[in-house]
Amino acid sequence: MSRLKAALAALALVSTPALAGKTLDAIKAKGQIACGVSTGVIGFSAADSQGQWKGLDVDVCKALAAAVLGDANKVRWVPLNSQQRFTALQSGEVDILSRNTTWSLTRDAALGLHFTAVTYYDGQGFLVARKSKVTSAKQLKNAEICVQSGTTTEKNLSDYFRTQGIKVKPVVFEKFEPSIKAFFSGRCQAYTTDASALAFIRTKEAPNPDDYVVLPEIISKEPLGPAVRRGDDEWFAVVKWTINALIEAEELGITQAKVDSLKASPDPAVQRFLGVGEDLGKSLGLDREWAARAVKAVGNYGEIFNRNVGADSPLKLPRGLNAQWNKGGILYAPPLR
Amino acid sequence: MMLVTLRRRFFGDGLNTALTLLVLAALALCLPPLLNWAVINARFAPDAAACETLDHAGACWGVVAEKARFILLGRYPADQAWRPFLAAGLITGSWLAAAFGWLRGGKLASALFLAPLLALPLLGGGLAGLSDVPTELWGGLPLTLLLTSAGMAGALPLGIAVAYGRRSALPILRGLLTGYVELARGIPLVAALFVASFLLPLFFPDGVAVDMLWRVLIAIVLFAAAYLSEIVRGGLQAFPAGQLDAALALGFNRWQTQRWIVLPQVLRDVAPSLANSAIALFKDTSLVTIVSLYELTGSLGLALAGDPQWRPFYLEAWLFIAAIYWLGCALLAKVSQRLG
Amino acid sequence: MAAGRTASRAAQALILAVVVGLLALLVTTTADHLQQRGIRSGFDFLLEPAGFSIGESLLPVEAEDSTLRAFAAGLLNTLRVALPGALLATLIGVLAGFGRLADNPLVRGLASAYVNAFRNIPLLLQLLAWYFLLTDLLPATDAALRVAPGVFLSKSGLALPWWVDGALEIPEPGGFGIDGGARLTPEYLAILLGLTFYSAAYIAETLRGAVEALPPGQRLSALALGMTPRQAFVLVLLPQAWRAALPPVTSQLLNLFKNASLAVAIGYPDLVSVAGTSLNQTGRAIECLAIVIAVYLLLSLLAAALSHRLEQRALRGQAA
Repeated sequence: MSRLKAALAALALVSTPALAGKTLDAIKAKGQIACGVSTGVIGFSAADSQGQWKGLDVDVCKALAAAVLGDANKVRWVPLNSQQRFTALQSGEVDILSRNTTWSLTRDAALGLHFTAVTYYDGQGFLVARKSKVTSAKQLKNAEICVQSGTTTEKNLSDYFRTQGIKVKPVVFEKFEPSIKAFFSGRCQAYTTDASALAFIRTKEAPNPDDYVVLPEIISKEPLGPAVRRGDDEWFAVVKWTINALIEAEELGITQAKVDSLKASPDPAVQRFLGVGEDLGKSLGLDREWAARAVKAVGNYGEIFNRNVGADSPLKLPRGLNAQWNKGGILYAPPLR
Repeated sequence: MMLVTLRRRFFGDGLNTALTLLVLAALALCLPPLLNWAVINARFAPDAAACETLDHAGACWGVVAEKARFILLGRYPADQAWRPFLAAGLITGSWLAAAFGWLRGGKLASALFLAPLLALPLLGGGLAGLSDVPTELWGGLPLTLLLTSAGMAGALPLGIAVAYGRRSALPILRGLLTGYVELARGIPLVAALFVASFLLPLFFPDGVAVDMLWRVLIAIVLFAAAYLSEIVRGGLQAFPAGQLDAALALGFNRWQTQRWIVLPQVLRDVAPSLANSAIALFKDTSLVTIVSLYELTGSLGLALAGDPQWRPFYLEAWLFIAAIYWLGCALLAKVSQRLG
Repeated sequence: MAAGRTASRAAQALILAVVVGLLALLVTTTADHLQQRGIRSGFDFLLEPAGFSIGESLLPVEAEDSTLRAFAAGLLNTLRVALPGALLATLIGVLAGFGRLADNPLVRGLASAYVNAFRNIPLLLQLLAWYFLLTDLLPATDAALRVAPGVFLSKSGLALPWWVDGALEIPEPGGFGIDGGARLTPEYLAILLGLTFYSAAYIAETLRGAVEALPPGQRLSALALGMTPRQAFVLVLLPQAWRAALPPVTSQLLNLFKNASLAVAIGYPDLVSVAGTSLNQTGRAIECLAIVIAVYLLLSLLAAALSHRLEQRALRGQAA
């Protein structure tokens, strides 16, 4: 067996990873960031009827464009389905994959990409019809469960029910739209995906939201965040620290509306952030006002969250784990200094 | 006399009588409910609330009016809608010209090649004051038509070249081209589209990123060219050798003979088969929705799946799209007939 | 003459050099990309756990089974739909072909309406309609339609009595719908019905064309020999037309095989769909698609060999 394995591995084209590219320079030269988003998950990335992209993942790219290029609109949106997303990033079709994608070891280590930071702590759950009287995932014995292919969801599903000693039948769909259409037509007894998406599906896609319930079980950890190509530490750092800056801005109380007026603030942390004192941008290959521009373009993390998925959005998701560390959540930006 | 023939045809013998009665019974069973659903109980206004009260006892044709722009044009910016409409008009016009004999010979060929060539900048913009519209936003009927006509326009010259190459005296060239044709004809189009979607980007040199639309078009051209080359090769094989001798006797050289005598006649002979290939390609473009390009079939899903209010009326919208495809096929079949 | 041969050798060497050069460029560029981006490559993933399970398959696949097993299950699923599809398509195609040639105008009209509609609408669109009909219009699983004793039809598909461990097991309503017996899912039924009716329309048309292409003398002389029109059709015209129609019909059936790959659009786990899923779990795009292409090429070659033998036999039959 191991000899066969070795022989198969020998058919590999290459085996050693390495080294740096110049994504940041290329982006500056093109004057545009190519941002891979979903084909439509409301709250994270979806085009409205005017073709304008909106959502939490979208705002991350806009913040980056503001930080790097000085204009939040200099983004090329590339909608990708769950199967296309990694190859699009690997091949250079997109510079950043900001598409409700779960951070996991295999993806980080073997797919040629690097996750930068977590922008949303999620977990996988189940949606069922109220009339089925199911109140717990443990009652789903022999049930058919609609799931989208090419996701960690598929994997979690079989793991979870194996530990429960329950057999279920996954019905796997290539794309999001057919999968929810099948669920609402009654093809499956349950639908599974990230809890945030379930909230969106229940409120926005169900013929009548009250006819459906989200089960209490959360069966996995789904830290969602943007990924970049491997081998370019500079660009990796820019993305990582722009996200950290958005989180830090909330902690420091820097909002979209107050960015300019706060430049007069005596607080050294705020001054550093806004580039009044120390020049933090330089070490990232950016100018001193990068973080200020990012917040001015899309607001701080809290504002982004509320606008897209939180209290001010139709999804009305609670902050939960996604609150700041000093407010009962686990968001904790390393210090910007 | 008429009556006798009719009677023989419907009730000639036991089997015939049984068949007639069977078909009549089936029609009597199916037609009234169908008519009830499609016309009598149907709602024609785009009013979702009124449609819901119908509870599918009648069709809700309003869904077509409500979603027409989305289904026909996909996500193309609404304020620029005239551009995709004009592009679709150009391509359809070139097909109509072929079907009804408005243009012939060289003029027709140029029209068929020029239509997609003009449609491209019209959709994409960037020149003559037209705003840029990225290919991700192209969709619906214009995309279906563009993929078909640009696919054919790209595949035909390549197919002709391959057909000649396979008749060359060089065994290595023949072998390579045969390999290509058999490979392309052996795999399903879905596999070729997956290659375009997942693999092509890895093959391109650094810094070259090609939009999905172009990659898919490359795949379609390479795929269709293999089939077209077989048609042209068949035509070349059937070409009477006597004409070649006559041309040589008249002082034409080999290249001139092929260019002015053989190829025009062969293309005219195989034109109906080429048109049939266009029908096949027209239908096959629906597969690009599998790699997330929202042409007609894809935009149907896009328009309805995300809208719970209208999602139940999928069948009505489906019939609308099916009718468009049917008309397109009928038009191309007419082209095939006309050229035959 | 010798000069000509040298020139042709040089031309061939040039062509070969260009093609090999291009291929080499392609391979090195790709290898470079993979290396730069730290993408793992190689076929060793085939022996590692697949990480996903397949809902319906003759060969059960759980997450801990190997990817190779998942691919095998995908291939079996392709065959499971393509083989019955080919059989049914031939049957229905021949019947509809007869209908197209029938004397009875009602039958002829019905058959041509069918052929006309099904040939001119894309197969993918037809599949979507079948799937919609099967999942939207059928009753919910807990209110399954009892077609015959032990046979249930619902949104979960068709439940049939089947031999399980040597005994006939009759399906009956259980916790979530129908338990026991064998099940044909709506995904399977949709792709089977779609492929069958699409290909059958083409086969009907081929057969009609073949009969109409026969010289009219054949029919007239058969009638002159005292045969009834129906005898002339069955005994004289049909055997000849069938021989002429055999090559196009086999190529139609081969198309049916390739079209089975559209299963991916409605969630039936065929070979292409399994390749897509494992491509995503492992990131080995080149390897997964290479397997798909190799399998389909192999199937095409097999089918070509088979149809060649059939034609040979048909020719021998004609000679004898």
